Amino acid sequence: MTATFEHAHPAACPACAAAPLAESMAAKPVIGRLMLSLPGIHCAGCISGVERALLAVPGVSDARVNLTLRRAAIDASPEVTAKMLTDMLAAAGYEAHELDAGQLASSAADQAGRDLLMRLAVAFFAMMNVMLLSVAVWSGAEDATRDMMHWISAAIAIPAVIFCGRPFYASAWGALRGHRLNMDVPISLAILLAVGTSLYETMHSGEHAYFDAAISLCFFLLAGRYLDHRTRASARSAAQELTALEVPRALRVTAAGEETVSVADIAIGDIVRVKPGGGIPVDGVVTDGQSEIDRALMTGESLPAYAGPGSIVSAGEVNLTGPLNIRVTAAGRDTALHRIADLVAVAEAGRNNYTSLADQAAKLYAPGVHILSLAAAIGWWIYTQDLRLALNIAAAVLIITCPCALGLAVPAVTTAASGRLFRKGMLIKDGTAMERLAEVDTVVFDKTGTLTAGQPTPFGLDEHAPDDLAVALALAQATAHPLARALVAALIARGIQPAAVSDLTEVPGYGVKGRWRDQTVRLGRAIWLGADAPDHTATFVQIGAAAPRAFGFTDTLRDGAAATVAGLRAQGKRVMLISGDSAGAVRRFAAEIGIDEVIAEALPQDKAALIADLAAQGAKVLMVGDGLNDTAALAAAHVSISPASALDAARAASDMVLMGRDLSPIADAMDTAVKARARIRENFSIATVYNVLAVPFAMAGLCSPLIAALAMSSSSLTVSLNALRLR
Amino acid sequence: MDVLGILIPASLFLGLLGLGFFFWMLKRGQFDDPDGDAHRILRDDYDDTPKG
Repeated sequence: MTATFEHAHPAACPACAAAPLAESMAAKPVIGRLMLSLPGIHCAGCISGVERALLAVPGVSDARVNLTLRRAAIDASPEVTAKMLTDMLAAAGYEAHELDAGQLASSAADQAGRDLLMRLAVAFFAMMNVMLLSVAVWSGAEDATRDMMHWISAAIAIPAVIFCGRPFYASAWGALRGHRLNMDVPISLAILLAVGTSLYETMHSGEHAYFDAAISLCFFLLAGRYLDHRTRASARSAAQELTALEVPRALRVTAAGEETVSVADIAIGDIVRVKPGGGIPVDGVVTDGQSEIDRALMTGESLPAYAGPGSIVSAGEVNLTGPLNIRVTAAGRDTALHRIADLVAVAEAGRNNYTSLADQAAKLYAPGVHILSLAAAIGWWIYTQDLRLALNIAAAVLIITCPCALGLAVPAVTTAASGRLFRKGMLIKDGTAMERLAEVDTVVFDKTGTLTAGQPTPFGLDEHAPDDLAVALALAQATAHPLARALVAALIARGIQPAAVSDLTEVPGYGVKGRWRDQTVRLGRAIWLGADAPDHTATFVQIGAAAPRAFGFTDTLRDGAAATVAGLRAQGKRVMLISGDSAGAVRRFAAEIGIDEVIAEALPQDKAALIADLAAQGAKVLMVGDGLNDTAALAAAHVSISPASALDAARAASDMVLMGRDLSPIADAMDTAVKARARIRENFSIATVYNVLAVPFAMAGLCSPLIAALAMSSSSLTVSLNALRLR
Repeated sequence: MDVLGILIPASLFLGLLGLGFFFWMLKRGQFDDPDGDAHRILRDDYDDTPKG
């Protein structure tokens, strides 16, 4: 995406304003706008550090950090790539990911938020003014003065109520047409009845008018609505942000050469080239080239698989060693990856039968309020035969019982809680996820990519002869294979000097060979060297005709993984590990991290079945996973979390996403969720207490507009303040 | 009580002024990055490319 973006500088003289403009136009004919996600920043120092680092890059003309969204917008010349910037920021100590700016264009959600905020502002303005006028009435204005106050109040309140209350009327009308009752039905009824009877009273110089109550009702409810919207919008934009993290491109091979195209433009039958280290963008069959592919995201196996002509590969896998040409059999929406993502959407729809605390409360509440107010109206009508008085009392009951505090109780708490978790690097995608997380008693982890960082480190290097190590280092330096790179890093850290190996050649898909002291030396796969493949990831080195020696690899633990598992166990949760990886690798890993219940070599359906089994036994399962093989399990679990590095489909299937590399927010999130649920319950109790105290007054016809205003404001304030204690 | 004839329009006018001002701020994007703005003011380095 390209966009021109200019700052309006206050210009002292025309020349000063023109000079930098001409300079900037000369330097960069087209300005590229890049967006980066910065999950780790949190203070003024970070803002300065990131902006300074970015501005120091040649070609970058402007960089602006948004701390609230944890993003940076960068204007730079076209030759600056996001990869350069993220690498440079990583070197400076800031975690950064590229975002697809096109995905982040301001959307309908922004518009809805602004709309709500505008209604909220109008309601606030009208409420304050009507309240001021009402003070005069409360303090004893009479006759003509009172009528004037009422008329002015009506003139402000009626248009304001019509404008501000639209979201409620629309939702109530929708519910009534569907023969249902929701919270908005009593709300709309209360507002309309209050305004209607007040207008009637005003025309007949009556004593009580509820304009202030009607408009403040609107205000408090809109405040709740706005908070709710903001939580959802930030979750939605986070989801967008995650989609934007993947910028899908492919290298198409045509008669004219290679061209970079969007994955959307790839057709079946095209030939696509995938370079070593690149993700495979399509499903297809290898036509040319030999390599190894990493299927960890798809199957959870940490062992790379061989790929040669005829091998079937699918989108989401990563090509490791040699370039591959792939004939496309499915692209875009038709790939295995997307088909699974669609299945997940179906599975998710099934989970939505969870009834949130707010819905439970509304189900009890909405009919109760109507019955109470109707009973009051009928009772008073029979008793006094005065319809006007009866309607007045019905309006008072509706206003007093109106769910201001109830409407604020949940949004205020979820906003406070998700704000707190966001600061710790966790995004809540689903409104009820927090409530569901609070119920969790069993935690199931995936291994590869979730508890591990997906970076191999060699173990048992001490067991090898110095010559083996020196030769292995020399050979490993000749390739970019991830295992070889890990080996190089580990060996150099131990101070090993590379042996003088000559004639280094890489055999794509197998390994590296060379000559050392007139002997052929090779480093590579077990099959190539004629060794038995062990049950864990390994690479082999062979000198001359000697027996091949194995270098075993283990995955490094993700930051905070051990602490998270320990923390969850300390909280009394049952912790399980399920992985598609081989039994040996999983067992060794589980022992290291301290998990007793282990299931290895699990197929994707096994994972989902395990979750279903646990659920059938009454356990509330939290699933933490990242791969395609986890998605079904993520969608089936009571609540699910995936790391930001997870596959698109896995993130789509989960309720919460970890933005950073660290796993430790999980234990925090559990703690916060339990607290949030307690706060929501407290808030419901507080709201109920206010209602129970005020309803008898209203039913008895003793409720003045002053009491209504006081009860409403104080219950809303108490509830909001109680929610803020969570921050 | 005649003074009410002046005071009520005056208070309404001031209220509307506030409302208009709020809309202006909303349009100028002053609520786009509240956390960042709160921290930026504490920085040592001079912000020579202020937003807007």
